[in-house]
Amino acid sequence: MAYSDKVIDHYSNPRNVGTLDKSKKNVGTGLVGAPECGDVMRLQIEVDEATNTITDAKFKTFGCGSAIASSSLATEWLKGKTVDEALAIDNMEIVEELALPPVKIHCSVLAEDAIKSAISDYRVKNGLPALEESKSHH
Amino acid sequence: MLKLPIYLDNNATTPLDPRVLEAMMPYLTEVFGNAASRNHPFGWAAEEAVDYAREQIAGLINCDPKEIIFTSGATESDNLGIKGVFEMYSQKGNHIITATTEHKAVLDTCKHIEKLGGRVTYLPVDAEGLISLADLEAAMTPETILVTIMYGNNETGTIQPIREIAAIAHKHGALFMTDGTQAVGKIPVDVIADGIDLMAFTAHKMYGPKGVGALYVRRKNPRVKVTAQMDGGGHERGMRSGTLNVPGIVGLGKACELCKLEMEADTQRLSTMRDRLERELLTLEESYVNGSREHRLPHVANISFKYVEGEGLMMGVKDLAVSSGSACTSASLEPSYVLKALGLSDDLAHSSLRFGLSRFTTDEQIDYAINHVKEAVTKLREMSPLWEMFKEGIDLNSIEWAEH
Repeated sequence: MAYSDKVIDHYSNPRNVGTLDKSKKNVGTGLVGAPECGDVMRLQIEVDEATNTITDAKFKTFGCGSAIASSSLATEWLKGKTVDEALAIDNMEIVEELALPPVKIHCSVLAEDAIKSAISDYRVKNGLPALEESKSHH
Repeated sequence: MLKLPIYLDNNATTPLDPRVLEAMMPYLTEVFGNAASRNHPFGWAAEEAVDYAREQIAGLINCDPKEIIFTSGATESDNLGIKGVFEMYSQKGNHIITATTEHKAVLDTCKHIEKLGGRVTYLPVDAEGLISLADLEAAMTPETILVTIMYGNNETGTIQPIREIAAIAHKHGALFMTDGTQAVGKIPVDVIADGIDLMAFTAHKMYGPKGVGALYVRRKNPRVKVTAQMDGGGHERGMRSGTLNVPGIVGLGKACELCKLEMEADTQRLSTMRDRLERELLTLEESYVNGSREHRLPHVANISFKYVEGEGLMMGVKDLAVSSGSACTSASLEPSYVLKALGLSDDLAHSSLRFGLSRFTTDEQIDYAINHVKEAVTKLREMSPLWEMFKEGIDLNSIEWAEH
C-alpha cells in the first residue's frame, strides 16, 4: 500500500513519543484499541489547570504506519489547545491532513478516541464527570 | 554498494537463473514449433526439447519421464490432481484428507470438492506445524481415495513426515498426493522412496520461469489416472489438453537440472545464512521462530517479534522485500491462517516476518537485513505502549481492552 508523504514523515520522525507521569493530577491518560485488533494507542495530556490549556502531549502506539502517524499528529495538535478545543478535534480532520485511505480511517477514529479518553481521565481525576462513550465502540 | 531493496521473498517467487533464460531463448525465437506437430522438423525440434526437459525433471525427482504432466503452474497441478482423482476414483469413494496449513490452491480446491458432494477432512497441526500421524490414521476410512499433504510449508518451511504419511495412505488403499511447490529443487524429493503418487510443483520457485509447472502422476504400482479438467486436444496422455509451453518447459527442465547439480552446495550455503539471520534476530528479546526448526526447508525463516505490529514493522523494514503474517488491508485484520493453525495468538501472527533466501542471496545482504530488522523492531518497541507495559511487568491479559 502506498502511504502519503505525511504518514511516512510522522512514521519516520514521530513527534512526542513518550510517557507522562500518570500519577499527577493534571495528567490525563487514554489507552484505546486492543492488541488482537492490531492497534493500541496510549495518549497522554498534561493540562495547565489555571488556563485549562494542554501544555504537553505524549503518545505511544502499537500499530501500522497510519495509526502511528494519526497519534503523532494528534499530539502535535493538542499542544497549546484548551481542553474544550481539543474535544472538538474530529477524526476526519486527521484523515484529511494525513490523506488516509478508506481502509485506514479506523486509525483516525482511534486517535480521536484516545484524545477523548485522555480528557475524560483528566476530568475524572479532577472531580468532573467522565465523557460519554467514544465513537468507535459499537 | 548494496542494491536496495533486498529481495528476501523467495517463497513467493525466485528470480530466473540466467542459465535457465539462456536455455529458453532459442525456443522463444527460431525453435518455435508446436510440440504436437508431427509432420515437420519444427514440431520435431519442439517435441525433442520437451522430451529432454521431461528427462531433466525426472532426474530431479526420480521418476519416469513419461510420468510428468505439464501444466501452467502449481495451482493448476493441485487442481488437476485433486479434482482429477476425485472424478476418476468416484466409484471407490468420495473422501479426501488434507491439512489446515495447506496452500489455498489445495484448500479451496477441497472446498470445491465439498460442494460437489465430496467429504474432506482437514487435519490440524501441532505448534511446529506438523500433522499427527495418529490423527491421519484415525481419519482414514474405506471411502478415502486421496490424502494430500504438502511437502514443505510456504510460510514456515515446516517439512511434513512425507514417507510415514504415504505409508498410512497406502495401507488403507488411498493415493498420496503432495504439493511439492516449495520443496522440489530445494531438498531431495524422491517420488519412489517417498511413496508419492501425485505431486504438484512449479518452475518459478526454483529459478525457472513463471507460468509453467507440472503434475507428477505415477504410472505403475499403482497406475494412477486423473480425469482431465480441461477439454481439448488430449495432450499429456489425455490428462491436460493445451499446446505445450515449450520455452517454459525447457526452462523448467533446465531449472531442475541446475537444482539437482547445485542442491547440496546451495543447501549448505543457504542454511548457514538462514541460521545466522535467525540467530542474530533471536537476540532481540521476545522474538520467536514459527514452525519446526528441526524439520524445515533450508532457506526459510519465519520469526515473530512480540509487541510490534506487523504492518508497522513492514513499513519499518522498507529496504527488504519480505512477507508478513498479517494481511492488514482493512479494519478487520486477517492474520495468517497458517500461523493461527500453529496456535499463535493473533498479535504474534500479525507481528511475524517471513524470510525466504535464494541461490542469489549474499552474506552482505543478510548482514544488512539483520541490522535493518533489529533497528526497526527496536524503534517500534520504543514507540509501543505494549512493550512499555511488558517491561514494567504488566500482564497484558489483565487489561480490559476496549475492542473496536
